[in-house]
Amino acid sequence: MKLFQQAKSQQTRAVSRTRRAFMQLTLAVSCAGLLGGAFSAHAAQVDSIHFLIPGGAGGGWDGTARGTGEALKKSGLVETISFENLSGGGGGKAIAHLIETAGQQKNTLMVNSTPIIIRSLTGVFPQSFRDLVPVAATVADYGALVVRKDSPYHHWSEVVRDFKKNPAKVKFAGGSTRGSLDHLIPAAAIKEEGLDPRTLRYVAYDAGGKAMAGLLSGETALLSTGLGEALEMSKAGQIRILAITAEERVSDAPDVPTLKEMGNNTVFANWRGFFAAPGTSSEEAEKYAKVLGDMYKTDAWETVRSRNGWVNLYKPTTEFSQFLERQEKQVGNLMRELGFLK
Amino acid sequence: MLDGIMTGISTAVLPINLFMVFIGCFVGTFIGMLPGLGPVSAIALMIPITYGLDPASGIILMAGVYYGAIFGGSTSSILINAPGCSSTVVTAFDGYPMAQKGQAGKALALAAYASFTGGTISAIFLLVAAPMLASVSLSFQSADYFALMVLGLTAVAAFSGKGQVLKAMLMTVLGLMISTIGTDRSSGVERFTFGNIDLMDGISFLLLAMATFALAEVVMAVLKRDHLKEEENQTDTSAIGSMKVTAEEVKEVAPTALRSSVLGFIVGVLPGAGATIAAFLAYGMERNLASAKEKLKFGTGSLRGLVAPESANNAASSGSFVPLLTLGIPGSGTTAIMLGALIAYGIQPGPRMLVDNPDVFWSVIISMYIGNIVLLILNLPLIPYISKLLMVPRTVLVPMILFFAITGVYLVSFNTFDIYMMVFFCMAAIGLRMLNFPMAPLLLGFVLGGLMEDNLRRALIISDGSLSFLWERPITAVIMTLALMVLLAPVLRNFFPKSRSKSTSVTSAEAN
Repeated sequence: MKLFQQAKSQQTRAVSRTRRAFMQLTLAVSCAGLLGGAFSAHAAQVDSIHFLIPGGAGGGWDGTARGTGEALKKSGLVETISFENLSGGGGGKAIAHLIETAGQQKNTLMVNSTPIIIRSLTGVFPQSFRDLVPVAATVADYGALVVRKDSPYHHWSEVVRDFKKNPAKVKFAGGSTRGSLDHLIPAAAIKEEGLDPRTLRYVAYDAGGKAMAGLLSGETALLSTGLGEALEMSKAGQIRILAITAEERVSDAPDVPTLKEMGNNTVFANWRGFFAAPGTSSEEAEKYAKVLGDMYKTDAWETVRSRNGWVNLYKPTTEFSQFLERQEKQVGNLMRELGFLK
Repeated sequence: MLDGIMTGISTAVLPINLFMVFIGCFVGTFIGMLPGLGPVSAIALMIPITYGLDPASGIILMAGVYYGAIFGGSTSSILINAPGCSSTVVTAFDGYPMAQKGQAGKALALAAYASFTGGTISAIFLLVAAPMLASVSLSFQSADYFALMVLGLTAVAAFSGKGQVLKAMLMTVLGLMISTIGTDRSSGVERFTFGNIDLMDGISFLLLAMATFALAEVVMAVLKRDHLKEEENQTDTSAIGSMKVTAEEVKEVAPTALRSSVLGFIVGVLPGAGATIAAFLAYGMERNLASAKEKLKFGTGSLRGLVAPESANNAASSGSFVPLLTLGIPGSGTTAIMLGALIAYGIQPGPRMLVDNPDVFWSVIISMYIGNIVLLILNLPLIPYISKLLMVPRTVLVPMILFFAITGVYLVSFNTFDIYMMVFFCMAAIGLRMLNFPMAPLLLGFVLGGLMEDNLRRALIISDGSLSFLWERPITAVIMTLALMVLLAPVLRNFFPKSRSKSTSVTSAEAN
């Protein structure tokens, strides 16, 4: 039976990853080798995890799931790992699939992130995180407000001062649609200052890189992006990070101030985490949360984490649910104020 | 800088790196040839392999895969009218008619030479001026991109075969309309999605191109089964044709290749444009520069119409390394993946890369020279064998193209809805083609429309709703003037009787 399951999961992988045929081949070979070894060597904590990725290959969700899978497997915490990409409807398709076939998704973990909250609020898909079993948040990226190196702005308060004078003069670029995280973060910060977030001029680009090019070309005064991306760019020496939306300064960027220490209480973490199918028992969810928690101590995870520039943020099961509730409230209020929700 | 180039050369000629160039070009060409599978798929496939290599070798491998895929993509465009990747869609406009006329060998050879020219010229630019070109990447603002897209749209006449300007315009408008489907970025509102979540992200260019070209082509072939026998006999007699390019033909296309390479490189350097736009613009430019007589050849197997996009897309793919390496800004999905790989190696692309990792920087550029030579050596001898594909019986070829075209699109998104959409667009395209509507303007409108609207909206937000952005910046003003000139040229030409009589005599000849 177990063999059958493995064969099945390998098959799924074969279907979903034909485009990476070579990689799959090497994986299949190493997988066979590892299986042989696994029976005699140590017992893994969890037999198998099947990662459901709501987006196509190469995206952020894809990287998170595959990176996590790689760390779990290399560290021997999980014996078999398989992946399945199912994109469509901003992730809605995968959520519907996970709910409809919950009976056969015993070992499935779906990767997701903050957009699941935004998209269920705006009604992109009818489900929300409450229809799934939150397992754990694993990594986070904080919002970062960035200026060009030669920008006159050196402190957030200068931005606020100019915004008060004329909001149209302080334009924010972002690599995503209006109403997305890149827009919501500066809007939240402006709202915290007691100003009207609806007057914020947000210039939407279709990718983070293009928004960065827009900032560097002088089109906009500021850029709203993730800390990870901003850190990479600031290493190149073309930009300055004015502020981030973390609770306190992060170890990767000790010189970058938080909005909070500048008297602006905007705290926002763009988390990435995993969900199980509805009907998964709390013991099962705990088991997956534990294996993800144990993963942090392994070298394999450290390799993956540093390669991707992720910040660890571990919130298992109930803590994760409470966190999601809070974030939904925060995002919901803001979106209502901006007119995205009625 | 000379020191850097020397280190670059010594790194690039290491046996391991030469091997990587070869492997990259080979794999890239092969994957590029498969309809629908483009450079993104090819590079994604290479990533796990590159983790074991040192940074220079890894990036050299990926760069080889990238331009190899664009090189190889032209093959399926020319032979079966199924674009290998989105940047080689334009190659099919004149490459496929050539193959139909029994000049497949010549078309493939010309495409190879054109790609080689484009790749080599832009490698020279990269070597001489890469650090300086960084400022060019950043000199373009949304207003300028908008103007560039308007200029691109003026080329619509270039995409109208058989002098059907009105039909071409209608198809362009249809393309513009299709490009508005999906979430509108500047307002966050969904348009024309009819509440369907699968339409939320809009329609991909590759999907539209594959449906209207590859799928429609094979279904048309099946529908026209009766005429097929004649056709097959025709192509059999001169199936591949000679690969030889005469001295006269070289003379005819050499200026085209040079012009298009320069244009392609510049467009490639801009992070907001890319190889597909470059190919469309080069084709339009060439058509506008051509004499009235030559103009009519475009779309029916013009050598210049084949060489222009082929030079431009390869030049643009090398050009896109400028913003990637000197600024750390990816201009396309492909370069975004490469940026991720560079960062995974601990290399931060940007102004400091020249100082911190000169060996990687220069060896990648030097490897492009080697890569382009490798591609030429690899591809030219293969042409007679590859073009034998045309001799495969239609009963085998048609299902094969259907299979590759559909899986190619599906494997990008993993969404079955895309397949239904392809079927829908394919049916619509067949209907329109039977009524003699050209498909190329549809793609032109679609590919430029999305970018044009986005940039217009941004420019308007940035200028606080004033239209002054159209003339405030010199770049915008110059490009807009060019666009106006292209639009007014045919009107003005009517005042010169000489050229007028020439063009009318040609059209009457065409009518006969």
